[in-house]
Amino acid sequence: MLYGYLPQLLAGTWVTIQLAFTALLFGTLLGFLFALAKLSNNKVCYIIAEIITSFIRGLPELLIIFMVYFAGTIVLAKLWGSYVNVSPFFSGALALAFIFSAYLAETLRGAYLAIEQGQLIAARAYGFTAGQCFWRITLPQMWHYALPGFGNLWLVLIKDTAIVSLIGLSDLMSATHVASAATAKPFIFYLTAGAIYLALTSLSMIILRYATQRSAMRHD
Amino acid sequence: MLQQYLPAMLKGMFCTIELVSCALAVGILLAIIMAFVLTLKKTSRWCGPFKTFIFVFRGTPVLIQIVIIYYGLGQFVWLQHSVLWPLLKQPFFCAVMALGLNTAAYTTELLVGSIRAIPKGQVAACYAMGMSTWLMYRRIILPHAMRLALPAYSNEVIMVLKATSLASAITLLELTGTAQSIIGQTYMTIPFLLLAGGFYLLLNSVFIGVFKWVEHCYGSTNK
Repeated sequence: MLYGYLPQLLAGTWVTIQLAFTALLFGTLLGFLFALAKLSNNKVCYIIAEIITSFIRGLPELLIIFMVYFAGTIVLAKLWGSYVNVSPFFSGALALAFIFSAYLAETLRGAYLAIEQGQLIAARAYGFTAGQCFWRITLPQMWHYALPGFGNLWLVLIKDTAIVSLIGLSDLMSATHVASAATAKPFIFYLTAGAIYLALTSLSMIILRYATQRSAMRHD
Repeated sequence: MLQQYLPAMLKGMFCTIELVSCALAVGILLAIIMAFVLTLKKTSRWCGPFKTFIFVFRGTPVLIQIVIIYYGLGQFVWLQHSVLWPLLKQPFFCAVMALGLNTAAYTTELLVGSIRAIPKGQVAACYAMGMSTWLMYRRIILPHAMRLALPAYSNEVIMVLKATSLASAITLLELTGTAQSIIGQTYMTIPFLLLAGGFYLLLNSVFIGVFKWVEHCYGSTNK
């Protein structure tokens, strides 16, 4: 079965899934931060967030991963005084989180602006605190509007995890590389890796379709 | 120190521009044909294969597509002895093929979406006047659909530009590959990564400017 390399491929797939979920977690947090900055009335906040997200969206993913990995190592070494060993997993997850958050900020901003503001005014009139307004009114509706965009960004994230193999992470792509180099049969192994990515994206699309149906608002 | 490597970086940038242009040309040609079959010839036997093609190329990473065509096809000995081998062993040709097929899949989805947005009355009028399907497609539907798809297509072009950096993984010396090789020689990581980033942002601005001009000339009047 695949010349005995299937367990290694599956181990690499597990690393890929872990990387994707780690990047998703940090990326969602950063995305909310950027969206908050872009929605704020503070001009400085807005401009800084605009510049950072424009940079990240304009550069290739590979270049951003290189920057975070190689340049991050250099900057950390200068700050710490001696060599700091940054793992490819963490710098890959951080870079992918930056990329995810730059696009998510725009999606969240659009989702927030799509909510009718009258609801929040009525809620304040009824005595809701700011926190209650956010948790009970804003966030559920934002979730409904942002879900398609969020789902698309998740699919892009899964596919971008393949690039992190180029900085030495032992994920699915690098396991495939090792297997294909050892057996001199690259086509079979890269085809299998492609099929695994296809399975991951198809599974995600099924879950997203279910989640979109579940989050549909009754008055739509 | 930067000046002596600037010509190499510029050469890499021109390679990137060539790569983007060729990939876009291949992509849009294939997309026009596939969108025609998927929207106007729905009972054709090519619909299934095209839909599978789009599903596969949108569901897998670009890196795998590039690597499969360059390294994977070299596995087959009969291919190495065939007429196509001088082309298939070059990284540029393989990168153009992979990026072209990938952008064809995405562009077809764009075109199908914008063809569906055209009022059905136009199609009915064409059939009433006796136009053949292909004539209607190339004279009426396609120009209208392309105008509607312009904003989304500009996003797709930027995506292709960013995907060309992955061609450095198959030893093609485009902008990212050149930057990597210079960094390997000089160990000046941050200056050359920033320079490569600057060139990509420059190319982005040029492409966005071109699209804004095209939209101004031919864009949708539904403002």
